[in-house]
Amino acid sequence: MDLYGTELSSRLLLGSAQYPSPAHLVDAISASGCQIVTVSLRRETASGTGAGFWDLLRETGVRILPNTAGCHTAAEAVTTARMAREIFATDWIKLEVIGHSDTLQPDVFGLVEAARTLSDEGFQVFPYTTDDLIVGERLLDAGCDVLMPWGAPIGSAQGLRNPDALRSMRAHFPGVPLIVDAGIGRPSDAAMAMELGFDAVLLNTAVARAGDPVGMARAMALAVQAGRAGFEADPIERRDMAVPSTPVLGLAEL
Amino acid sequence: MITVAGAGVAGLACAYELARAGAQVTVFEASAATGDAAASWWAGGMLAPWCEGETADPEVVRLGTGAIDWWAGITPVTRRGTLVLTPPRDRSELDRFARRTQRHQWLNGAEIAQLEPALQGRFQRGLFFRDEAHLNPRRALADLAAAARASGVEIRYGTPAPDRVDVDCRGMAAELTGLRAVRGEMAVIDAPGVEITRTLRLLHPRIPLYLVPRGNGRFMIGATMVESAARHPVTLRSMLELLGAAFALHPALAEASVIETGVGLRPAFADNLPRLTRVGATYHLNGLYRHGFLLAPALAGQLARTMSKETVDEDPGQC
Repeated sequence: MDLYGTELSSRLLLGSAQYPSPAHLVDAISASGCQIVTVSLRRETASGTGAGFWDLLRETGVRILPNTAGCHTAAEAVTTARMAREIFATDWIKLEVIGHSDTLQPDVFGLVEAARTLSDEGFQVFPYTTDDLIVGERLLDAGCDVLMPWGAPIGSAQGLRNPDALRSMRAHFPGVPLIVDAGIGRPSDAAMAMELGFDAVLLNTAVARAGDPVGMARAMALAVQAGRAGFEADPIERRDMAVPSTPVLGLAEL
Repeated sequence: MITVAGAGVAGLACAYELARAGAQVTVFEASAATGDAAASWWAGGMLAPWCEGETADPEVVRLGTGAIDWWAGITPVTRRGTLVLTPPRDRSELDRFARRTQRHQWLNGAEIAQLEPALQGRFQRGLFFRDEAHLNPRRALADLAAAARASGVEIRYGTPAPDRVDVDCRGMAAELTGLRAVRGEMAVIDAPGVEITRTLRLLHPRIPLYLVPRGNGRFMIGATMVESAARHPVTLRSMLELLGAAFALHPALAEASVIETGVGLRPAFADNLPRLTRVGATYHLNGLYRHGFLLAPALAGQLARTMSKETVDEDPGQC
């Protein structure tokens, strides 16, 4: 998988919040083989003093994808992104502009605006968006090379609420890296996203809040691999009628 | 003579246990009194090992089990259990909490109202941890200091520790490798009209909250968990979330006065588990995270046993 010119072997991206301890996060990263971890500048590094946590994360060797979680306006997200570039020394930014505090759904208008500003400033933007095709087109126009549609509201563990829309999105944007971001609850949800042909899955709560986060991280990694392998192996189509899997002709004559 | 640096809950508990084991102990505390520089000053004072088991390692539950009896010998401890509740739409949080904890029973709305009449009609389901307790942390720190003095401990306030001490319990100030700060913000409210007699925990996917009675209509509300060593005062967002969640527990709390807000830095290691280690000639007890009052008794006991064994063996070793 290629994201902004970076070749990656793992198709699982993890968030870094809500783990029982940083040690659980580090173990989850290593158990899953994940290569990209998103971190929230807003919450965790107020004044840039959460050094202990970052030291641990840096030692894992993962690539950091800073995010603008918790930003409610384009201007706020842009400012946060600029601070993240300073602190983490990366042009990558996971762009979140939250439109509604209860559903945490993206404000797609603010998102497109912020994506354009940041792309013009040389950022490589990973926009957290809905499954709306036109918004996707606008984001690509704004300079994004990657789209990250939601599966369901953040942290809701509802899985893929609208698989048909995601399927349309895959068909509409061939060649654009698509990452399902948010809503994944179980490994089967992640596998389903991959079977639909998505390039990767980004999740946090499903692993961090599982009873055994490290075990769940491993399970998610396996599900992502299985889903991708299934997609690449060209699955058969669904049918309404049975098709016998053993030959009906040439039965033994008794 | 044994020298101890730091008069927070860990330092005082160590001094007390060492003195009880027969040692001559001097405690050095840089502040003029045990106060807002110590993480324990801002603690909730819950002695709730089984609730903590939801996210904490089983070792925390094991070490914390004896804390209630230990503290009861030193300071008033309220043994009325913990009531765990959730807003109706987050009911599944309660199932998850029940799956991951032990020593609780399910309550229906009537049983909740029986325990806390003020909550009549507000919650239809809850978990009750009968064996848990709480104390008033500031009172407990003063009582522990008094008990230590009564056992012969000398506490030198306003006196930074000498370069070399036998036991270092200074939390973040010890600057141990691997130690990080987890910022916690809290508030104390005065709500004389609300009669709640035991610790309440409100499960919420975004803002888990606890409310601990401090007596005379006062309650402590806590606490945020932020990966940061910043000491600036409580943020508007944190206060909004904490007080909003308290309001969800009981609308009458809206009339309460906010009489104090505060920020403490919890010292923690990467796995959020405490460590009793030896660096050179100094023992370090640190990383008690959000479990200072819960774990200090057991760890201080461990330290006292280790050090008294050492005077017999003259063989320090690792602990």
